[in-house]
Amino acid sequence: MSLSNDDVAKVALLARLRVSPEELSTFTGQLNSIVDYVAHLQEVDTEGVEPLAHGVEVRNVFRDDARGEPLSREDALANAPKRNATGFLVPAVLD
Amino acid sequence: MDYEIVIGLEIHVQLQTESKMFSWSGTEFGLPPNTQTDPVSLGLPGTLPTMNRKAFELALKTAVALGAEIAPFTKWDRKNYYYPDLPKNYQISQYDLPFSKGGHLEIPPRKDGGGGTQCRLTRIHLEEDTGKLTHGYGGLSEVDLNRAGIPLLEIVSEPEIRSAADARGCLEELRLTLRYLEVSDCEMQEGSLRCDANVNLHIHKDGQTIATPIVEIKNLNSFRSVEKALLYEADRQYKEWQKNGKTIKDAPKTTRGWDDDLEETKPQREKETAADYRYFPEPDLVPVVVDAAWLDRVRQSIGELPFARRKRFEAEYGLSPYDANVLVEQGQDVADYYDAVAKATGEFKLASNWIQQDVLRTIKENKSTVAEFPVKPEGLADLIHRVKRGELNTNQGREILGRMIETGEPAETIIEKGGYKMVSDREAIAAAVEAAIAANPQALEDIKKGKKKPEAVKGFLRGQVMKQTGGKANPAMVGELLEARLAELVP
Amino acid sequence: MSQDTAVAMLARMESGEVTSEEIVRSLLDRADHERRLNVFVHLDADHVLDQARAVDRRRKAGEPVGRLGGVPVAIKDLLCVRGEPTTCSSRMLKGFRPPYDATVIDRLRNAGAILFGKTNMDEFAMGSSTENSAYGPTLNPWDETRVPGGSSGGSAAAVAAGLAPLSLGSDTGGSIRQPAAVCGVVGLKPTYGRVSRYGLIAFASSLDQIGPFAHDLTDTALLLKVISGRDPRDATSVDLPVPDYSATLDTPPEKLRIGIVREFFGEGLDPEVASAIQEAVKLYEKAGATIKEVSLPHSKYGVPAYYIVAPAECSSNLARYDGTTYGHRAEDYSPKYPGEENIAELVRMMMVSRAEGFGPEVKRRIMLGTFALSAGYADQYYNKALQVRRKIRGDFDAAFREVDVLLGPTSPTPAFKLGERTADPLSMYLSDIYTITANLAGIPGLSLPCGFTSQKLPIGLQLLAAPFAEETLLRTARVFERATDWHTRRPKTA
Repeated sequence: MSLSNDDVAKVALLARLRVSPEELSTFTGQLNSIVDYVAHLQEVDTEGVEPLAHGVEVRNVFRDDARGEPLSREDALANAPKRNATGFLVPAVLD
Repeated sequence: MDYEIVIGLEIHVQLQTESKMFSWSGTEFGLPPNTQTDPVSLGLPGTLPTMNRKAFELALKTAVALGAEIAPFTKWDRKNYYYPDLPKNYQISQYDLPFSKGGHLEIPPRKDGGGGTQCRLTRIHLEEDTGKLTHGYGGLSEVDLNRAGIPLLEIVSEPEIRSAADARGCLEELRLTLRYLEVSDCEMQEGSLRCDANVNLHIHKDGQTIATPIVEIKNLNSFRSVEKALLYEADRQYKEWQKNGKTIKDAPKTTRGWDDDLEETKPQREKETAADYRYFPEPDLVPVVVDAAWLDRVRQSIGELPFARRKRFEAEYGLSPYDANVLVEQGQDVADYYDAVAKATGEFKLASNWIQQDVLRTIKENKSTVAEFPVKPEGLADLIHRVKRGELNTNQGREILGRMIETGEPAETIIEKGGYKMVSDREAIAAAVEAAIAANPQALEDIKKGKKKPEAVKGFLRGQVMKQTGGKANPAMVGELLEARLAELVP
Repeated sequence: MSQDTAVAMLARMESGEVTSEEIVRSLLDRADHERRLNVFVHLDADHVLDQARAVDRRRKAGEPVGRLGGVPVAIKDLLCVRGEPTTCSSRMLKGFRPPYDATVIDRLRNAGAILFGKTNMDEFAMGSSTENSAYGPTLNPWDETRVPGGSSGGSAAAVAAGLAPLSLGSDTGGSIRQPAAVCGVVGLKPTYGRVSRYGLIAFASSLDQIGPFAHDLTDTALLLKVISGRDPRDATSVDLPVPDYSATLDTPPEKLRIGIVREFFGEGLDPEVASAIQEAVKLYEKAGATIKEVSLPHSKYGVPAYYIVAPAECSSNLARYDGTTYGHRAEDYSPKYPGEENIAELVRMMMVSRAEGFGPEVKRRIMLGTFALSAGYADQYYNKALQVRRKIRGDFDAAFREVDVLLGPTSPTPAFKLGERTADPLSMYLSDIYTITANLAGIPGLSLPCGFTSQKLPIGLQLLAAPFAEETLLRTARVFERATDWHTRRPKTA
């Protein structure tokens, strides 16, 4: 398959990345060569093979429902790029 | 207007846990913004989720109680989308292998004859709640992550609810059931029970059925608004269809928000990009295997559910469906209280009356609960016994109950202190009867001349006797002696 | 002193010959002197000295100081240290200070280690050369025109250049073993689940694992013991006892069954590297090992499977960097390119912040992963890759029924020149061709020095073992180390 500039632009929006028109062409070329390369996977017969999402396959790892020390509000907001006294601020979200 | 409304519900319920789904900060409602977080629920780099056992068990309990099928193997998935109330920009949720499938919600019968059916469930899954956004900070929105990560159960119904009242009914029944299970407090105002509704119409025209485009209604924050919004939307969709004739095939699903003040639904802004959640298995968590032994333990932890309890109250105690429902829908505490009083007295109807009229009224007035109610079931049973045995009349009983609530003392003490013993002295009562008749000659005349019905006159005279005896006369004896004396006077 | 091993430093501190403060002062001087190598992205001298003095006081007072009491350990800049800059060598996290410690950092503190600065890396651990860093590349101490490998290039170079006897890195597709090989030090990637990932800033969660760098296996065993074990904060950390790796290190394994992986000697393998590995095989034969050729038939699908799975997870893991609650937020996100005026301000803020905050390789992988998971392609790419992953694991399981350890080269080539592969992402990806399958299968692997090329560039020998067989891995490697002196060689630095 071959990805077009438009396809890549859609992916960029989905991934929340602004790409300039020049970057778009570069990415399209590079992604196409990587996609061609990974297409080798199709050679492998995986009929009936369970996907392996994890190196270790353990089960039922729980913790008890116990409350611990919360972060202070100052610690929680310390790395905020923009904030007021009580919260993080972002450009208005319109519903 | 020949159409049917078709409704599917998507319900979110916050589970009653101490700590969040995947981390250790608390789950309280209404705290100052960003004071109930931890590195995990803030989605800080490097943090990892860990599963809250209690949350998973509450979820299992709910699913079992709703008759759902529990998956022996379930896993977590990431639902990827960007939104500022979602600190990681993915929600840990369940996609293709939810822990539960199927099940049903009861729709209780209503006085109007509706209800009395069931609505099937598609699935129930567990996920984490998002934070909250508040608008209007000079063109900015404030993000509060106190709620982020609270365990959330998503319950999705089949689109087969056929009226707004049914939708409300099944939601109310769900709330009651979840409260019985002690799974959630289900406060719609606080957002611990939230509901979106998918709705469209099946319009019957010329022997054909035409489906209108599906609308998802959001912002439904009370039972009343669920019902109102659905009624509004049905009407709107019908008019819309009359205007443009668009069917489900012509238009995609859209989202509308319910405005509680204007009582109308309004279109919501569609997102830039079509939803593509790119689900994949959450690599930071491991799957859960639920075996038969675990499931048995869950089953055993589930008590009698509201639906069954109503049926039992009707069958075992002979209560009317109305009375049974009043006692059951107040919550497990009230129903337990009733059960205890009914069993202790054997006076099923009387116990129901006392609880409905006196106990529930007091609790409501004091904004308290049955657990806090100072008169325990044995105390009320004792009082009912005394009334039933004729030691007290109903008015006295009421008064004594009031004192019992005030003082916490048993009926016996109050009766002794307050001289509440009923007068059952035949001679004294006969004298009072005689005096009442003598003082009201008109009454006898009325009977004789047939001016008034004898029963009305008797009632009046009975009242006079009670008045004379300070309300302490044994009402049965008063009736008996009055009857006898009148029979002599008016043969 | 700076080229001492951790064990030697501990002995000298225990005997009272030196203090931790003296050691860290000398290392701080050396770090200053070797600044051009660009190993550290953050090194706070006062903070280091405070820690060292605290250990010295305890040692002087006769109190327990821990297994690493007073030993400096350099930390890859993706491990969270409370209140200290932790940036993943990314502009995105410039100035980010986590309000918590990673579990491995907790464990180092409890063991009395001195946290000795944060080391340079490929941005968010994506790369094989440490060139994808917002702070510029780290230079290979053996040849400063060459890369130190990556992504943990700073941590490998720190040990190689004698700036710290120990360091921690992370390995997602070879990011410990490959830089260890090309910097001439030991690097170990533990079994997935052996070491807690809590506080490791994720690249690809199902593949990432923290591990040690050291001059030799004795030091490696010591540090591995300190960092290993179940952590209630990491659901994927496994609850199995942690052996005392140091105690058994010098006892050769009872059976020494070594498998030579046929697929690791194919096209693209540098002949000098190949012959160094052949020498190692001969040495094991002499030591009485049973040598057997084995096949991992799906090896060649390791790189393609990895370049679906890792970017897919990365696209999700890195979604959180959107300029909302932490990290870089663009100053100006007004519309610039055609069509952007139709995008909501909030979305533009995120898009521009991410475009400014991430470097090209990170963006490339986010795009690739987003594509691989997107509707209509997930089955063809992501799910297929996970099935192939199962096949790769199956190859290893079969091999480990016949042999205890697999042997081969760590990297197909010695350190390459700075800038040599930056223009061609695929050629860079192939640097990890021999290391990547261990991550997909979750098995442990280590690289140890096994010789030099004619240009005096280090060569690494890779050993792989079955899950949780780190002890076997270390003991087997030690057989080689005892018979050679490669691990004692140090670069001639300025």
